[in-house]
Amino acid sequence: MPLLTVTDLRTYFHTRNGVYRAVDGISFNLERGETLGIVGESGSGKSVTGYSLMGLVPQPPGRIESGTALFDGVDLLHCQPSALRAIRGKRISMIFQDPMTSLNPYLRIGEQLIEPLLIHEKIPRSVAIERALAMLEAVGINDAASRLHGYPHEFSGGMRQRVMIAMALITRPELLIADEPTTALDVTVQAQILELIKKMQRELNMAVIFITHDLGVVSGLCDRVLVMYAGRVVESADTRTLFHQPRHPYTQALQRSIPSTQPKGAELFTIPGLPPDVSKPITGCSFAPRCAHASETCKVRDPLLAPVAAIHEQACLRVQAGEL
Amino acid sequence: MSDPILELKNVKTHFPIQKGVLFHKQVGTVKAVDGVSLTVQRGEVLGLVGESGCGKSTLARTIMQLVPTTAGTVLLEGKNLTQSTASSIHEIRRDLQMVFQDPYASLNPRMTVFATLAEPMLVHRIYPASEVGRQVARLMELVGLSPRFMQKYPHEFSGGQRQRIAIARALALNPKVIIADEPVSALDVSIQAQILNLLASLVRKMGLSLVFIAHDLSVVKHISDRIAVMYLGKIVELGPAVDVIENPRHPYTRALVSAIPVPDPDVERTRQRIVLAGDPPSPINPPSGCAFHPRCAFAQDRCKSGTIPLKSFLNREVACVRIEEI
Repeated sequence: MPLLTVTDLRTYFHTRNGVYRAVDGISFNLERGETLGIVGESGSGKSVTGYSLMGLVPQPPGRIESGTALFDGVDLLHCQPSALRAIRGKRISMIFQDPMTSLNPYLRIGEQLIEPLLIHEKIPRSVAIERALAMLEAVGINDAASRLHGYPHEFSGGMRQRVMIAMALITRPELLIADEPTTALDVTVQAQILELIKKMQRELNMAVIFITHDLGVVSGLCDRVLVMYAGRVVESADTRTLFHQPRHPYTQALQRSIPSTQPKGAELFTIPGLPPDVSKPITGCSFAPRCAHASETCKVRDPLLAPVAAIHEQACLRVQAGEL
Repeated sequence: MSDPILELKNVKTHFPIQKGVLFHKQVGTVKAVDGVSLTVQRGEVLGLVGESGCGKSTLARTIMQLVPTTAGTVLLEGKNLTQSTASSIHEIRRDLQMVFQDPYASLNPRMTVFATLAEPMLVHRIYPASEVGRQVARLMELVGLSPRFMQKYPHEFSGGQRQRIAIARALALNPKVIIADEPVSALDVSIQAQILNLLASLVRKMGLSLVFIAHDLSVVKHISDRIAVMYLGKIVELGPAVDVIENPRHPYTRALVSAIPVPDPDVERTRQRIVLAGDPPSPINPPSGCAFHPRCAFAQDRCKSGTIPLKSFLNREVACVRIEEI
């Protein structure tokens, strides 16, 4: 049985300017120890997916319209708040994009690190501090004993992200949701953090949902990848297949717009237009207005995910009809 | 053919660290830029890369004379900018313009596109007032925006479109050199490609020189003719873009290049990565000798003292004493 099964998740935001369908019917599952990448541009709903699972969508204006997310038999979307609290921060942890704003500037690092232990494991403070110390060392912070007494502003960006990771992993979670954890960091620090996540994952046999817009990061880290566009999954496959045989035109276009894959000096491939406004009704395929292969059918018929191979699904009507 | 338009000679920009409320006592110096020499040719794109805190943005601001220069000279077509008076700087800005990283913060939210683009023309009086409307329309077309959006405000545009407005503003005075400080870092991949194409075509069409600052090496490689790699206020490697990225020589450049994730899972799984330990040291108290030596796999005792100048090596310049051996 998979560790997590998400079925038809819809998270809408009801604002004065209309209903934003941030996540509009996505389904996926995740095995223990597996790494799932979720890629997409800003506004594609990848972060809201993570927030929805953690119960962190502000309600209102947000609302989970439909769907279930079964984590080891518990529906994260509909369980009692107390049941969710027992899982969140203990069996599922999350790290966020901006390590500058996700630590409490008023509390010493040590206090923040032991908080999940004190809440979830009810162990004595002294034991918790020992575990915090071991965890800080495990994530590669030198001189951990004195660092425990430091405040977040005394740490650099990379070190704060290490502290965030230590805090997320201190309860030995079964699932880690990482929302663009390296986007705010330099490439050299990004490489360190990715290595760290891989190492901790092996040690804890933890499943990871890695949310990013950087296809390069996905290629070295993830087992499987979901590509999101306008709140829906347009393609899902194992990493090798997704990079070598992408089928959906959006995945192909996204891959072709990475500068490093193109000859130097040549005009870079670009996707014309902009992602659609998800507060307006969309008929047909949401990518059709920007797609080079769109036909008349694409503009009227709603595409659905359909299997291409064993673990490869995509949602392009023309590919499904065998025309592409 | 050497036809330098912008020359930097041993430029230093230091910031004092002060303590105390009444009597500002200087307790240290941040050596943000510490002895940089560079030339930019007419029509050339020079890429400038390095980690955050290495001084690349300060260097850009130094060239623009937005911060006072501590030592050295910045020459634009032979004119020394560091000794210019306020009024002559005003003249020089016509030839030297800047595009900033965040198009959400660098445009005035209360000015329409028309007002934003017309202001530099009116301040510098380069066109008669009757001509300004036509020129604004021309600029907008040049950067791929329809002139019918002239009376719109920045919030009505997407990130990519805002960056186009910022580029149009920089072009308003027909400058000779544009300094672009991380112009695509805040944008999505698909939008990034559009802006890079726009910049590349403008450089070609208008014979502009561009100093392109970024931390994403694959982006820099794509657009630049030459690349300069900075570490802690100094240039450690400078050479043709493709060679620097594909065959980096300075140990720091090697580490930087190896840290770029490759969008190919087969390559990612097999390649050896040089993971640098720790963070870059503080520019307040940089290590002696080669500033990179505490993190360098090749460091020896002689790397730890003296100054290490840029020396030519093959087709580029590298600041490493062991360059012949490694």
